[in-house]
Amino acid sequence: MANVRVPAMLRPTVGGERSVAAAGTTLRELILNVDERHPGFAGQLLEPTGEQRRFVNIYVNDEDIRYLQGLETPLDESDVVSILPAVAGG
Amino acid sequence: MSSTNGTTNGTVKGAALSLDQARRYARHIILPEVGPVGQRQLLAAKVLLIGAGGLGSPAALYLAAAGVGKIGVVDYDVVDLSNLHRQIIHGHANIDRPKVDSVRERLADVNPDVQVITFNEPISSDNAFEIIKDFDIVVNGSDNFPTRYLVNDACYLLGKPFVDGTLFRFEGRANVFLPGKGCYRCLFPEPPPPGAVPSCAEAGVLGAMCGVIGTIQAVETIKLILNLGDPLVNRLMLFDSLSMEFREVKIPRDPACPLCGDNPTIHELIDYEAFCGAPVTTLG
Repeated sequence: MANVRVPAMLRPTVGGERSVAAAGTTLRELILNVDERHPGFAGQLLEPTGEQRRFVNIYVNDEDIRYLQGLETPLDESDVVSILPAVAGG
Repeated sequence: MSSTNGTTNGTVKGAALSLDQARRYARHIILPEVGPVGQRQLLAAKVLLIGAGGLGSPAALYLAAAGVGKIGVVDYDVVDLSNLHRQIIHGHANIDRPKVDSVRERLADVNPDVQVITFNEPISSDNAFEIIKDFDIVVNGSDNFPTRYLVNDACYLLGKPFVDGTLFRFEGRANVFLPGKGCYRCLFPEPPPPGAVPSCAEAGVLGAMCGVIGTIQAVETIKLILNLGDPLVNRLMLFDSLSMEFREVKIPRDPACPLCGDNPTIHELIDYEAFCGAPVTTLG
């Protein structure tokens, strides 16, 4: 079970949790696993086509998945997944 | 950028310090990494703040106190009562007055060495180059996506370092974009659709968070001026105040970036309200 760190903006979709553990051998599987328990979660990260939304970054440990294997990036149990939506507050 | 000892090609930058300045900056000057030469560099530096709001307030105060010689401030808003829980440069006496006037008066009191240049106007594709071109470093305290992309693009096209910061509720982020080492478009290639991401006005922000992130922006700016340490380049600092945790993720330069990539398609400023599908509201 990898750990997903959920930013404040997306916490309402996971019942207010700051992080959730989820299963999946790839990032896409993990996102869909979280979505099974928290419907609507995947829709925050993915377009209806299943592609990653361009204004929501996803990191495995500290690496942007766009420079790994995208949503097919393999995961193991020690990985930490971070989600960073674009924000503009200042 | 000058070297760590404050010289450019062997020439000390900035005028000699007066006795008053030697007293005012004594605790900077005693730092071996700053010294009198570094302090002169600070006094010769020109920094532009985009927005005089939550982030711009602490950044302006600390940069002025540090003796940054010329500080520009872009903001066309007026001080509102709802600003005062976080925009600490402003006070009750300035409600309904232009923010740039409030900043000018406050900074004059903090440090009369500092020359404050104010731009009481929206920054746009029409005036961004003219506003930014004479400054060394740009500090972003804007609170909307069109301004963020505009300033990013203008800084890259002018070759200016861009010290960025953002806030959301109890969380904040900061980083530095240096021309040639990635830009905001490498981090977020596209803005969110209008309404997809709530603003601070809609989502709220812990006022003291502005102090944390805005002050980190000031520190990074001073480091750039003095060529000290390792700035937040190619890494995004994340701060979660509820867990009191700082983390980092990497921001690589994107070779496919339309602005700073290998085959750029953006060579001039564009219509950022159209690009983001949203109008510019306020700056900070």
